[in-house]
Amino acid sequence: MEIENIIEETPDVKTFRLKFRNAADADKFTFKAGQFGEYSVFGEGESTFCVASSPTRKGYIECTFRKAGRVTNALANLEAGDTVGFRGPYGNTFPIEEWEGKNLLYIAGGIALPPMRCVIWNTIDLRERYRDITIIYGARSVKDLVYKYELKEWSEMPGIKLITTVDPGGETPDWKGEIGFVPAVLDKVAPLSENTIAILCGPPVMIKYTMPVLKKLGFQDDAIYTTLENRMKCGFGKCGRCNVGKTYVCLDGPVFSLTQLNEMPEEY
Amino acid sequence: MESKLIRKESLEKLYGNLIADRKVYAPVKVSDKIEYRYNPSFREITFDHVRSTLSVKNLVFPKVENVLYFKNSKTESSVNDIDLNRIPEVVLWGAHPCDTAAFDILCSTFCGDIKDEFFSSRLEKLTVIGLSCHKRDDYCFCTSVGLAPDSSMGSDILLTLLENGDYKADLVTDKGSSLAARYPDLFETYSGQKSLVAEIKKKFNLSEVTKKLANAFEHPMWKENSLRCLGCGACAFLCPTCGCFDIQDETHGSTGVRYRSWDSCGFSLFTLHTSGHNPRHVQSQRWRQRIMHKFSYIPGKNGIAGCVGCGRCSSGCPVDMNIDEQLAAMENIN
Amino acid sequence: MSNLNTKAKELLASNTVKMFIGYEAGPTGLARPAFITDPEQTDRLIFDERCKQNLAVYLTKQEVKEYGKIAIVATLPVMRSLMVLASENQISPENLVVLGISPDGNLLNIADFSLMQTYIEKSDLSNPKGDEEKLAELLKLSPAERFEWWQNELSKCIKCFACRQACPMCYCSRCTIEVNQPQWIPVQANTHGNMDWHILRAMHLAGRCISCGECGRACPVGIPCHLLSMHLSNQVNRQFKVQAGTSDKMASVLSTYDPNDKESFIR
Repeated sequence: MEIENIIEETPDVKTFRLKFRNAADADKFTFKAGQFGEYSVFGEGESTFCVASSPTRKGYIECTFRKAGRVTNALANLEAGDTVGFRGPYGNTFPIEEWEGKNLLYIAGGIALPPMRCVIWNTIDLRERYRDITIIYGARSVKDLVYKYELKEWSEMPGIKLITTVDPGGETPDWKGEIGFVPAVLDKVAPLSENTIAILCGPPVMIKYTMPVLKKLGFQDDAIYTTLENRMKCGFGKCGRCNVGKTYVCLDGPVFSLTQLNEMPEEY
Repeated sequence: MESKLIRKESLEKLYGNLIADRKVYAPVKVSDKIEYRYNPSFREITFDHVRSTLSVKNLVFPKVENVLYFKNSKTESSVNDIDLNRIPEVVLWGAHPCDTAAFDILCSTFCGDIKDEFFSSRLEKLTVIGLSCHKRDDYCFCTSVGLAPDSSMGSDILLTLLENGDYKADLVTDKGSSLAARYPDLFETYSGQKSLVAEIKKKFNLSEVTKKLANAFEHPMWKENSLRCLGCGACAFLCPTCGCFDIQDETHGSTGVRYRSWDSCGFSLFTLHTSGHNPRHVQSQRWRQRIMHKFSYIPGKNGIAGCVGCGRCSSGCPVDMNIDEQLAAMENIN
Repeated sequence: MSNLNTKAKELLASNTVKMFIGYEAGPTGLARPAFITDPEQTDRLIFDERCKQNLAVYLTKQEVKEYGKIAIVATLPVMRSLMVLASENQISPENLVVLGISPDGNLLNIADFSLMQTYIEKSDLSNPKGDEEKLAELLKLSPAERFEWWQNELSKCIKCFACRQACPMCYCSRCTIEVNQPQWIPVQANTHGNMDWHILRAMHLAGRCISCGECGRACPVGIPCHLLSMHLSNQVNRQFKVQAGTSDKMASVLSTYDPNDKESFIR
């Protein structure tokens, strides 16, 4: 694939808009929200990211990543027009058909907004099928918030309630959003759990403290979904890296309901 | 499944015919170890071995395998696939049932819904002439995992030693029958002569172990049993059914290759995230994963153990993490 | 071995140590490391010519360190390993009770590291005869023949890293071969990459290796990789008159500059 456009989200996070070089590949390619791919810089290796754009938008895919290791650093050095390898789509999908007619509560922290962005836009693009949409998004500081331009767009849409928060100490003087950790903000906002699906994604520590708040608000296990970010290599259940219990995160996931997660040993 | 008789002299003739037009991978004795080599002379081949040092999984799952070639520069970017048609025909000669059954177990991962083309192509080009065991040692435990020293699982033709020194040849699959049909004078009528097969007593009850393991995730035995584990990859790499791998790129200037190579869940880096978070950050968790994967998760999913009882892990382990000893003890945990 | 078992029982029962590391016999008759926390289990302990594994490797393992104060059975190679680990600040003598043991199984009086040092200095530190003979044989070959010999041996290497994991001196939490920015040594187990790996490891051990031979024993495919490190140890001894593991205050030979170092390589 070729890089069409690069956006610098934060000092160490970038978004690439990628399009297929080969028109035949582009025509054959379809994916659903929740799936991921193996993006590579030839010579450096492959890295696993979700597809961060919605399948309702044709002709390109987007991915967002933070500069962390060898491959992500190499990706960050690329320019528009350069080549990025892509294998995918792999994994299962968010069951958005089952959520029709319900309220949606999206909760994300930091760099975990990208895996959710595809399903957020997917449901916004099919707006009439869903009831109220609430998005709670928090990051360590104002400059760590990703998709700043889209946060603004979402906050201005009718029927969408957006609450952004930064960790205490991460605010700027003109910050108008909440200040506090995501679980605390969730508790404060206290969205209704009736007829609502909660979708959350974030670092392990955030998930650990957010789950009890969701249970307190009355969410049942099968109404809570998350997407796991295990170490994955092959992407289709052969190399064994993402094997947790009886499941392979790349095949049976990365989207799991809390019911499914409870049956897996805590090795993620 | 048809049984034929093949005399010792006919075996030599068969071997001679096979190496004339393809590669034959057969076991030979090299000082005090058994190694598989391509096309040794018939005299060098051993029919008395218990276990080779390395398994024969490298025939279908090589320790390093290129998966694609690439060119990557500012001006040119292209990817070339490996030509799987160039994989040669290979005959595996004299592998024991533990090694041949392992191909089926590896297949349960590598074949299935999404076929691993590399593995499948190699398996298709492979003809397996298995050899039943008439000798065993203390590390063998194939009977405890549902196999037998004369099991035909994974073989195309299975040879079994007879009392008089000749061999019974079971034509297990179509591939085996067609091979035998090419040399009809070498495969004679079998009239029920007695076979010599090793006796291997069961060391543990697999279904009991699997049942106990289902509730044993938090058991203290994992830590107690794994304190001496060094965290090397010897068990996984010697094991005929371990198929976990790593994918890496290697470049020379603007051209390069992407390859896959053997990896082990026993290494600390296996599940390490770039963020530094490691779901299995201590050895007891990694040891638990090895046992659970082979004796709880795979049986739960596919109905068979992820182990053939060849004993290589125990005999090759520098600190005697004796797997059948630990499994036998697991039958009695609460 | 009643002496050893009694001492072990005493140490555990009095709570002087939380764990006792020694040897026990496995079901096939081979000796293997034993980790005992219960004073009633000390009958498992054995000591005889089968007991060769270098137990010092466990003192840098996280799950073992968590036990706190530990007692360890120490043959001469283990003692020397402890000296190297102590001089590199990887173990603290206060957390350790060392039960020195002579080759014929007698408990030694080495209650602290300075007594251990005295014992080591009095002992014969030469390498095992069989290994020295093999080295001498190899050194008679021409460099080209020697290279071919090693290429042949190392083509068998499967990069399982049993050699590294069994070595007490290889305690890096991220080994050089596991660094991928940049990837110093290729990951794949081809002959060239295998040679790179073994040479690198031998270089990182030069001046620190005490020639216990554990790496060669641990290798599942029978590569005598201990000969490489042993040869380098002999070289270090010759050039710098230093034997590794003879003091817990030794500075690392190859990273210490001494104005008296020979400069004979400058011609």
